[in-house]
Amino acid sequence: MTLSTTADLRNNVPDLSYKRGLWRNVFNRLMTSLAALFAAIATLPLVAVLAYVLIKGGGMLNLRLFTARSTGLEGGGIGNAIIGTVIVTLLSALIAIPVGVGGGIFLAEYSRGGAFARFIRFGTNVMAGVPSIIAGVFVYIVIVQTRIIFGNSHSAIAGGIALSILMLPTVIKTTDEGLKLVPDDLRRAALGVGASRFVTILRITLPSAFTPIATGVVLSIARAAGETAPLIFTALFSPFWPNGIDSVFEPIATLSVLIYNFATSPYPYQNELAWAASFVLVLFILIINLFARWLGRFAAG
Amino acid sequence: MDRYVSLVGPNRMVRPLELYRLRRRPPTEKTVDAGFRVLAVVLASVVAVLLLAILIVVFWGSLQSMGRYGWSFLVTSNWNPVKDEYGAFTAIYGTLVTSLLALLIAVPLGVGTAIFITENIIPLKIRSLIGLMVELLAAIPSVVLGLWAIFVMEPFIKPFLEFLHTTLGWLPLFSTNPMGPGIAPAVLILVVMILPIITAISRDSLNQVPLKLRQAAYGVGTTRWGAIFNVMLPAAISGIAGGVMLALGRAMGETMAVTMIIGNSNTFSWSLLAPGNTISAMLANQFGEADGSQVSSLMYAAFVLMILTLAVNVLAQWLVKRLSLKY
Repeated sequence: MTLSTTADLRNNVPDLSYKRGLWRNVFNRLMTSLAALFAAIATLPLVAVLAYVLIKGGGMLNLRLFTARSTGLEGGGIGNAIIGTVIVTLLSALIAIPVGVGGGIFLAEYSRGGAFARFIRFGTNVMAGVPSIIAGVFVYIVIVQTRIIFGNSHSAIAGGIALSILMLPTVIKTTDEGLKLVPDDLRRAALGVGASRFVTILRITLPSAFTPIATGVVLSIARAAGETAPLIFTALFSPFWPNGIDSVFEPIATLSVLIYNFATSPYPYQNELAWAASFVLVLFILIINLFARWLGRFAAG
Repeated sequence: MDRYVSLVGPNRMVRPLELYRLRRRPPTEKTVDAGFRVLAVVLASVVAVLLLAILIVVFWGSLQSMGRYGWSFLVTSNWNPVKDEYGAFTAIYGTLVTSLLALLIAVPLGVGTAIFITENIIPLKIRSLIGLMVELLAAIPSVVLGLWAIFVMEPFIKPFLEFLHTTLGWLPLFSTNPMGPGIAPAVLILVVMILPIITAISRDSLNQVPLKLRQAAYGVGTTRWGAIFNVMLPAAISGIAGGVMLALGRAMGETMAVTMIIGNSNTFSWSLLAPGNTISAMLANQFGEADGSQVSSLMYAAFVLMILTLAVNVLAQWLVKRLSLKY
């Protein structure tokens, strides 16, 4: 047996250095640049939309915009639509949160994976895919046309119900998933010291799952605030200020419907109002979104 | 917390023995417990009842039109409220073409972006920023995107569409002169709307692939993209496919941005540059003012849309279950 010399070794070791010209390395670089390009294109719309909304809408901002009604005439503003958006969104949250959280509690705490629970989970997923305009059509036929709510046809509450149909699946899902993250030990401990099922859920599991549920609920509220399609023939529109508690049963202006009506109108002043309303709506929604994200991270860290 | 007695520490109190006796549940507690359970079941059923109610109401409303036109409603394209004749082919064609074309553009873009932000090509901070931006894009209301599409995007892409018409005008798809609103701008705004869904779901599925798989691929000497194409993507395909189907359902049902930019024309044209219509845009435009048999025809169209989105969503759930790899 002969000892191999260094020269021998050097001759037998394959060349391991990186070769730029090799096809697989060229392909690698090509694909990486392509993916970077795609990522750049994907972020482009947000930048472009935000820039235009900030510049065109932000340039319109003045105090009169917030103190004037949405008559659409010169001198008109968006004040009543801002209040209207808040009212309709709150109404929808008031309906969707109790129902959705209750449904989520059933799925996570009471169901044992039986046929009924599977059906509800499936229904929730299917419901999440129902187009928003269908929710509007449904509420129009069942509530607006029949005048079932104290003889009122188009009303803020009808709009709120339509929005709550869209919020419901999200609230159920986030509650279900949030509650599933709570360790079973907590439940056993509570039941073990003699708490009833109800008290366990109310005092132990719901509070421990508060953050994920709150994050999901806040995100779904942000989503509902921007929805337009379910409102155009349920809440309709109104050029007047909301009038106390009665406004719940009357047609009401919202920012999103205002944008739709004024964007498609031929009058330049109304187009400008649409940009200003977009500015307010986008700012409102982005703030809620970032708040929800912060809420999620705050609890996690 | 003062209701709880401390049993350790300097302030500890000696509990009277009777506290440790077995306690019987008072009947009110039992009632509340049972009542809460019933309440939860009822609230959970709301979603099922609503879903069935929506299906029944839309089906009931479309019965008149179904009886009158039958299947021919789906393949005829004359929508004429004056003559009281209705056929929804223009809108069905518009719905399918806009959503499928949008998907064709958004899938490579979305999956590519997802790969880019799950690989370690650039620092994590920039990657999470890109991820955040794409997610915030999903938060922008569709009516605002519609406004942007009317006043910014459409004038911007018009020269490109005109170029398409002059060079490829012999194809029926580009046979008309672009005149503002049309199917092509609607497709682009749909791409913007479904891109975040595809990106977010693809990113999550790619992130869930176990690290070991990737390490093994690198261990046997593949390149980054060899690992992506042969290991990462096949392992994440169930989630990605589900996300793509969800995006398709969203695109078919999307209303506002499309209504504002598609032109709402009831005349059929093969051309992508011509104004068109989708089912949801038609509903948004006409349902509020419709009466008589137009309502029923609109409901028939709504029923078709409902069935299409239901089918896509159920398929999405089935795909996720079917394609998920066991590793």
